[in-house]
Amino acid sequence: MTDIGVKKELVAGRPDLWLRMENNPIPSCPGCHEPTAMRAILEALEELDAVGDAVMVVGVGCSFAFQSMVDLDYLVCAHGRPPDGASAVKRVLKGDHVVFTIQGDGDCIAIGAGALINAAARAEKITIFMLNNANYGTTGGQLAPTTPLGHVTSTTPGGRTPAHGYPVRVPELLATFQGVAYTARGAMNSPANYQKTKGYIKKAFAAQRVSLGLSFVEMLCACPPNWHMTPLDSLKWLEQTVIPQFPLGEFKDVQGASGKTQEATR
Amino acid sequence: MNGESREGLALFGGVLGVPPKALKSPLPASRERGDTGGERTSDHMQRQLVAGRPDAWMRLEFNPIPTCPGCQEPTATRAVLDVLEEMGMEGEAILVPGVGCHSLIPFMLDLDHVMSAHGRPPDLASAIKRVLGRGAADRALPLVFTLQGDGDCIAIGAGSLVNAAARSENITVLMLNNVNYGTTGGQMSPTTPLGHATSTTPGGRTPDYGYPVRVPEMLATFQGVAYAARGAVNTPANYQKTRAYIKKAFQTQMAGRGLSMVEVLCSCPPDWHMTPLNSLKWIEAHIIPQFPLGEFKGP
Amino acid sequence: MADRLFVQGNEAVAWGAVSAGCEAFFGYPITPQNEITEWFAREFPRMGRVFLQSQSETGSINMLHGAAACGVRAMTSTSGPGWGLMQEGMSNLANAELPCVVVLVQRGGPGAGTTRHAQMDYASATHGGGAGGYRNIVLAPASVQELHDFMPLAFHLADKYRNPVVVLSDAILGQMAEPLERKQLEFEPLPPKDWAVLGKAHHADGKRRGISIGQGFIPNPDFPTYLSFIDHLDKKTKQMRQDEVRFEALNVESARLILVAYGSMARACQGAMEMARAEGLDVGMLRPITLWPFPSQAIRRNIREGVQFLVVEDSLGQMVEDVETAVGERAPVHFLGMLARHEPREMGMIFPDRILEKIKEICRK
Repeated sequence: MTDIGVKKELVAGRPDLWLRMENNPIPSCPGCHEPTAMRAILEALEELDAVGDAVMVVGVGCSFAFQSMVDLDYLVCAHGRPPDGASAVKRVLKGDHVVFTIQGDGDCIAIGAGALINAAARAEKITIFMLNNANYGTTGGQLAPTTPLGHVTSTTPGGRTPAHGYPVRVPELLATFQGVAYTARGAMNSPANYQKTKGYIKKAFAAQRVSLGLSFVEMLCACPPNWHMTPLDSLKWLEQTVIPQFPLGEFKDVQGASGKTQEATR
Repeated sequence: MNGESREGLALFGGVLGVPPKALKSPLPASRERGDTGGERTSDHMQRQLVAGRPDAWMRLEFNPIPTCPGCQEPTATRAVLDVLEEMGMEGEAILVPGVGCHSLIPFMLDLDHVMSAHGRPPDLASAIKRVLGRGAADRALPLVFTLQGDGDCIAIGAGSLVNAAARSENITVLMLNNVNYGTTGGQMSPTTPLGHATSTTPGGRTPDYGYPVRVPEMLATFQGVAYAARGAVNTPANYQKTRAYIKKAFQTQMAGRGLSMVEVLCSCPPDWHMTPLNSLKWIEAHIIPQFPLGEFKGP
Repeated sequence: MADRLFVQGNEAVAWGAVSAGCEAFFGYPITPQNEITEWFAREFPRMGRVFLQSQSETGSINMLHGAAACGVRAMTSTSGPGWGLMQEGMSNLANAELPCVVVLVQRGGPGAGTTRHAQMDYASATHGGGAGGYRNIVLAPASVQELHDFMPLAFHLADKYRNPVVVLSDAILGQMAEPLERKQLEFEPLPPKDWAVLGKAHHADGKRRGISIGQGFIPNPDFPTYLSFIDHLDKKTKQMRQDEVRFEALNVESARLILVAYGSMARACQGAMEMARAEGLDVGMLRPITLWPFPSQAIRRNIREGVQFLVVEDSLGQMVEDVETAVGERAPVHFLGMLARHEPREMGMIFPDRILEKIKEICRK
């Protein structure tokens, strides 16, 4: 590793959970935010001392690749089905496990909408992470239910119009469920947003640990290749076009969850 | 026939009043003979005259109303037919039923219909509306609506429903919520209220199995949903209100404003192990408090 | 518009569908068929036809169900994992007797497998994976031209039998580019779709139309009992078996060794056959075009003293079971499968020279 590489390591650090296998470089495209989001999750797990209890449930999409990069027990489910798999893992293991899914937006709310809604209805004590890059990244950038209006994709070459419907706001939607304890939306486009999102992630894990109900965090991620933008332009696009349609913040925090979060974080 | 159900029927007949068409077209003579088969006539005839019957109910000999005594799915369907008749839209309506007790109903209705796989009516309805409605600039016709149970709509069919809402499909979704899987013997569904005993929650539903899903409230959060309401048919007043909701939902569709949805609470006496009358009381006392009636999104 | 194009197989599918008068397309992103979905997304709205992206392949097949019920020609395309989700719909479409076309661009399985080429959906496409009791015609094109030409044929057969039809492509055919001659194919006229659901006011006789997935379950005037419906399906199935078998036979009359392969593997086999014949080996080839109904008769007709069969498939062997059933004990059936690929990563392929090697090995014995 070069001098500059070492320096970067020292400044930014790296969660111990990233595997450093030679045949496993980070498999995402330049400028992709999914590894950034994964990193926030790993840091939160480390800070909560929950690494040994964690089980990661992976869906199909770009986040599929995390199975080979993260030093956690994991299970890979069919496209859209991680909430089903995670529900069973949590109920079967019974113990103090932290079970979370990592899914893309298409996986989570298009093909997997039925699994997600019914996990919420059953008040499963699991945490769902939705990495929202506003399109189907793996297959070449097609329209997803979360594509903002006006955004050009390969199946909406003229930009999304209301004829294709409106973007789905998942944390807001899940907040209407009685069995959902915590929902929030964060972004990865600035250090401040990264830190806020990490706070949301920790609260979501805490809600699971005290068995309050399902917890959910959406993370807005850039997808430069499929947006046909440079990584830097993607960040601007995220700020100017995506965030106005997907407001950041917490949408549900069941009474006491915050207090219990503090407790559980210790 | 015991006294209780007779009382229930009197209640039903008395309040519904006499729809205009029923008076204008009483039963044809041949139907009367075929339908009533002699003995029980006088009581039966009276009921027909008092309660009336929308024209779109077909009176086929092999198609009697195929539901259990005290079931309110035909009552809810009747509200739909009343509205169609009132709007003069029977000829433009396309009904898409799912799988469940309600899937038998379309066989009795004089409407075009396409039966769907379990949970998929929103998918079929989306395609039908987009294929047949593309000529019309306002996307008003045909009037496409689904008829689904609660299990069909929000358990196995949750993905289809949520994504039809996300696409802002210009269709109407009608969910008949009897809070359990009626056809298969009364298992827990996502809409089973807490405390309600079913064959898969014999001790009553507890939070360990989650909480009942409130579908209109959930759909109201979607930008593409134009109308969402919940009604019941347990009293005459509620019946009339529900009818008004259904009419508003159809009008929303014809104005091309996006997805419209009405949930109708229905009793299921056999699977609730109650008499029809007790079921009505149960709806009032235990179900409506967990499923508030009213409009959640609309004009 | 030019009559000759140089296009990918996936795009040829779309042109074929247009020439067949397809009015509606429903699809979900999945590799390696994305070019088909994206083509329709781009072109159909301009043509005033219906394109809708579904939330899942379950959604696609059920949207197809709705569109077909309206009497228009409608299609979807998918690959292995999506095909798995569509099985429910395929069975329902068969019960509802709705004509439509599914293009299945095969990739490697099982599970998520690989997004690269393979021929691993033969068994589920030809033998059905949904609630049992149905059959559907499966067409297997082997060139970009055939991917185009089989679309009108598929729509015609679907309408003729009121049954879904599968066009079984694969990642190699879908991604490769070849010259395509666009032409309008003619078929015998079919009766109008009087059964289509349009709204009661739109039928000449003023009577309602209903499409059910419960035919035989709920009595109706056409099928008062379950067995009356099953009898109807039986007649339909027998007629398809009798009238719709299609295959291509090359040099089989005198051949000592007959290669049997479909789709992209048929192209590799044709190359191997020509190389073998140039070396004086008497090799022929029989290419099933309909994988169901399977050309068992054509295989049986060529069983002679001393003849052998070699089945080549880019899988661990699925069609080979149908060939073995047709041949019985009367001739040896050899098999060359995906383990014969030129390299172990997912981009490995079965090349003609590897097939030739196997041919020589068999002929030496």
